[in-house]
Amino acid sequence: MPDQDERHDSPESEGSDGEAGSDQKPSKGFSRRQFIKGTGLAVSASVFATEGLLKAAAPDQAGAGVEGPGAVKVQLRINGQLRQLQVEPRVTLLDALRNRLDMTGAKKVCDRASCGACTVILDGRPVYSCTVLAIDAQGKSIETIEGLAPKGTLHPVSQAFVDNDAQQCGFCTPGFVMAVKAYLDKHPHPTADEVKASLNGNLCRCGTYMGVRQAVLEAATKMTRKGGRA
Amino acid sequence: MRPFEYGNPSTVAQAVALLGPQWDEAAVLAGGTDLLSLMKDYIVSPKRLVNIKNIRALGGVREEKAGLRIGAAVTLEELYEHPGPLGRYPALRTAIEGVSSPQMRGMGTVGGDLLQRPRCWYFRNGFGLLARNAKGQPLVPGGDNRYHAIFANSGPAYFVCPSSLAPALVTLGASVRLEGPKGARELPVAQLFQIPKDANEREHAIAPQEILAEILIPASAASTRNATYEVRERQFMDWPLATASVALRLEGREVRQAQIVLGEVAPTPWRAEAAERELAGKTLDEAAAARAGEAATQGAHPLSRNGYKVQLVRVAVQRALLAAIA
Repeated sequence: MPDQDERHDSPESEGSDGEAGSDQKPSKGFSRRQFIKGTGLAVSASVFATEGLLKAAAPDQAGAGVEGPGAVKVQLRINGQLRQLQVEPRVTLLDALRNRLDMTGAKKVCDRASCGACTVILDGRPVYSCTVLAIDAQGKSIETIEGLAPKGTLHPVSQAFVDNDAQQCGFCTPGFVMAVKAYLDKHPHPTADEVKASLNGNLCRCGTYMGVRQAVLEAATKMTRKGGRA
Repeated sequence: MRPFEYGNPSTVAQAVALLGPQWDEAAVLAGGTDLLSLMKDYIVSPKRLVNIKNIRALGGVREEKAGLRIGAAVTLEELYEHPGPLGRYPALRTAIEGVSSPQMRGMGTVGGDLLQRPRCWYFRNGFGLLARNAKGQPLVPGGDNRYHAIFANSGPAYFVCPSSLAPALVTLGASVRLEGPKGARELPVAQLFQIPKDANEREHAIAPQEILAEILIPASAASTRNATYEVRERQFMDWPLATASVALRLEGREVRQAQIVLGEVAPTPWRAEAAERELAGKTLDEAAAARAGEAATQGAHPLSRNGYKVQLVRVAVQRALLAAIA
């Protein structure tokens, strides 16, 4: 349930999974030390736990370390701005955006990579942010709906959604807009069939697909007339 | 999701060293499109995830003398962006197109498609891969089995292999390279899949400490006429109900050799040998394709609610054959 999950990842309950207390730590049967022995690592695991990701990932004669399961420092480049946060490795990009950074544009609906409401753009490609770990999004360019247009203005894709009645309840809309934006950035002159295919990763339970398709075609025309990306 | 450690190795050897001898110790994280959902539902709860997306050796699509080498961490979208090679393997191209969500295609990897866990709803709801109740009795035969197997379904496994690419890769004679603590080994894709005999076995012949590193489509497959046909309930965000992939060696219209592999109808990709025999030496036309489709259903034993899949097999085989010679 979304409510419960949001509570899991809220700063107040760091490390708790909302269930049995034993969830807070990996069970005793599994020890990092055993792994380290097995792989010939002579480095204490706690060093890796406090060091940044890049350091742990760097080619290293001894091997690679691990981070977590507690909160680790994560640096994300969101809409061109670097943001630092402390999150457990299990925190998804979606939860990091919504619960830690107050960027609630991306919506949490299925939370299982099946609906598209959480779509953001990662290094130019649309992704389901519910199914990307925040720690995995480091070093990548993250675009969210909040960064599409300066405050008080609308991106041509958003404007086309308004003008074509491309939403009813509107909950899926930010995901659709980001998927469409990512698509039009790479395919500025889509055909009607291509537009249909470009929307295959997003669900609208209100069934506004006709309006959405129309909006994409209109946005494409307006954006190319303006001479490229808006 | 339960808490876990996160490793981000840059070499295969480092990644292998971070895996453990038991499945619940560590899991390989590639696209994450299946694994993270399984973890959120507590179907699997590995204590460590090993990200393999930053391992260069697992990336890249290369055409070599031996054939087409595809890094296991290559996303479906990256592979799709190689129109040259894919033009020779329409069976594979069609299978990728079947994964029609741009997000899924951009995140999901070729290795992940092969190693995704079954979509059986009993498994996904915590009843185990073999879908048994607390007394150990199988739930599928008397339950809602509309999406379950019609071949090799006399137990203990009833699920279907969910991989979209596997039927095409098996048809093309592809192999995989697995990397483990004792080095590398190669397996035909067909042998990557197995029917678990008991609750301790998985549906893949990969060990907990092994990583699927590469897929090789042999150069010889490029000279076959090959095609895939998927029958679907929904056109997107869903798996096919039945798939047929075919690869043919022809002399004129006469079939010298046929490889026909079905998907979504058995716990593994399912070779339709009777259909292959039916076609050998025959001239391939609509009537021959229909006869092969009929032969492909030999050995099918539908459960209470999936008899419709028998007809889908007939149709998928027939249409895949006709697509291959179109």
